[in-house]
Amino acid sequence: MTMIEFRNVSFSYDSGNPVVADLSFSIGRGETVGLIGANGAGKSTIMKLLLGLVTGEGEITVDGLPMNRQNLPAIRQRIGFVLQDSDNQMFMPTVYEDMIFGPRNYGVSKEETDRRVDDVLKCLGLQELKHRYNHKISGGEKRMAAIATILAMEPEMILMDEPSTALDPVNRRTVINTVNRLPQTKLIASHDLDMILDTCQRVILLAGGAIVADGDAETILRDRELLEANRMELPFCLQGRR
Amino acid sequence: MDKLSQAQSELREMDALAAEDSPVHRLHPLCKLLVTVCYIAAVVSFPKYDFTGLAVMVLYPAVLFQAAGIPVRTCFYKLRIVLPLVCAVGLVNPFLDRTPMLQLGMVTITGGVISMVTLMMKGVFSLMASFLLIATTTIDSLCAALRKLHVPSILTTLLLLTYRYIGVMLEEVTIMTEAYKLRAPGQKGIHISAWGSFLGQLLLRSMDRAQELFGSMLLRGFQGEFFYADVPPCKPSGIVYTIACAGAFLLARLVPIASVLGGLFVG
Ligand SMILES: Nc1ncnc2c1ncn2[C@@H]1O[C@H](COP(=O)(O)OP(=O)(O)OP(=O)(O)O)[C@@H](O)[C@H]1O
Ligand SMILES: [Mg+2]
Repeated sequence: MTMIEFRNVSFSYDSGNPVVADLSFSIGRGETVGLIGANGAGKSTIMKLLLGLVTGEGEITVDGLPMNRQNLPAIRQRIGFVLQDSDNQMFMPTVYEDMIFGPRNYGVSKEETDRRVDDVLKCLGLQELKHRYNHKISGGEKRMAAIATILAMEPEMILMDEPSTALDPVNRRTVINTVNRLPQTKLIASHDLDMILDTCQRVILLAGGAIVADGDAETILRDRELLEANRMELPFCLQGRR
Repeated sequence: MDKLSQAQSELREMDALAAEDSPVHRLHPLCKLLVTVCYIAAVVSFPKYDFTGLAVMVLYPAVLFQAAGIPVRTCFYKLRIVLPLVCAVGLVNPFLDRTPMLQLGMVTITGGVISMVTLMMKGVFSLMASFLLIATTTIDSLCAALRKLHVPSILTTLLLLTYRYIGVMLEEVTIMTEAYKLRAPGQKGIHISAWGSFLGQLLLRSMDRAQELFGSMLLRGFQGEFFYADVPPCKPSGIVYTIACAGAFLLARLVPIASVLGGLFVG
């Protein structure tokens, strides 16, 4: 069953140059897909399109729902989005308050919300952050907290924009393991190709808002020529350095 | 710490104060709001020469600051900018109203002096009561209380967003001044030639961030109204507190308690 479908989607910011050009692809339920490409390739924009934060031409459907004004709340309820910039994600005073914001808005009971919060924090090893102030935690801690706020919503689909930036190796590994444990559909945009290799079965390679390659993660991530033509390198674990 | 980060942390400190726990913090926000309104109304309504009557009203903030575990010092420190303004309001009174009211030895005290003092007291007491409310009630529960009073949600949401937006803007200012300073060593403040672009950038950046933040609220189910901190129904103790306080204010306003007490002792 398809979870996401893009059909001939085009989009440009006000500057006029198309950022996404006639894009078509679909993602099945339960798939974990990596979105890779150079800076400015359009990864974040695709995520924004998917959430209705920007609108372009063409058709987008999420879980069978065509993207339009009426469906927007229902679509957004299905998707959890980890923003590229965590500072823009966290707006409540404390981590806890941020984590309950989503679930409580969607009418989840207080007890259930608290259970989720504790589960997620435990899973990510962040219990200590629970009552900390968002402006008093480090960049990487904020990133982890931002991921936690999204997981606490238990969405049907998770979008992550650069989830591993600013994370220390242990936290990065925790995120990878957590992502691998989650049964949901996931779309992960990242320059951390090792992480993509560890988490995704399928990879979509973008350049200039168009798909250059779409297929099995290992095949694409082993293709040195293809990667280098698109301003990327082989994942470190495949470089065979001694 | 420079002024900016100080402003920022003071703002957060208010959040932290409000998140503490004390009998006063635990009171229902609606009760606190109503009592504060009653208190201010009572204080403001005292006649301008009723110094002794007004003096009794200091009891309410004095007792509640104690009960809330907030040093009165904190209140005056946080309000240090507005207090002088409030006090300045009555400064012309002694010149306008020269009716002698009281003779203390050689010194004649005019009505103007008394009304100046009462006016200052009114201002300071009202500020103290408002501070007490804010310092013991989180902004969310305050808004929830306002909603209970059927204040339109657009207003409470505006209040909440403004409150958060101030923080965002201060953050942006901090980031920008830091970036500026690092590349302009030895300069005091920001050079006047950069003010224009600095302000423009600040506006754009904080608007961008406000937009992003709002987007991220929408993505988490925000639909124009905060769910607000859970406000449990008001307990009987809260109702008793509200009625008792309002009654006490009314009593203090109508009965000259100080002179009655004085009369008891002097006979
Ligand atoms: N708000 C905006 N207004 C105008 N143009 C924008 C805006 N945001 C992004 N762009 C442009 O759109 C293009 C795609 O940006 P996008 O953020 O989707 O790239 P990305 O693949 O996420 O890059 P990165 O890896 O750097 O995060 C870029 O050329 C960028 O300059
Ligand atoms: Mg991006």
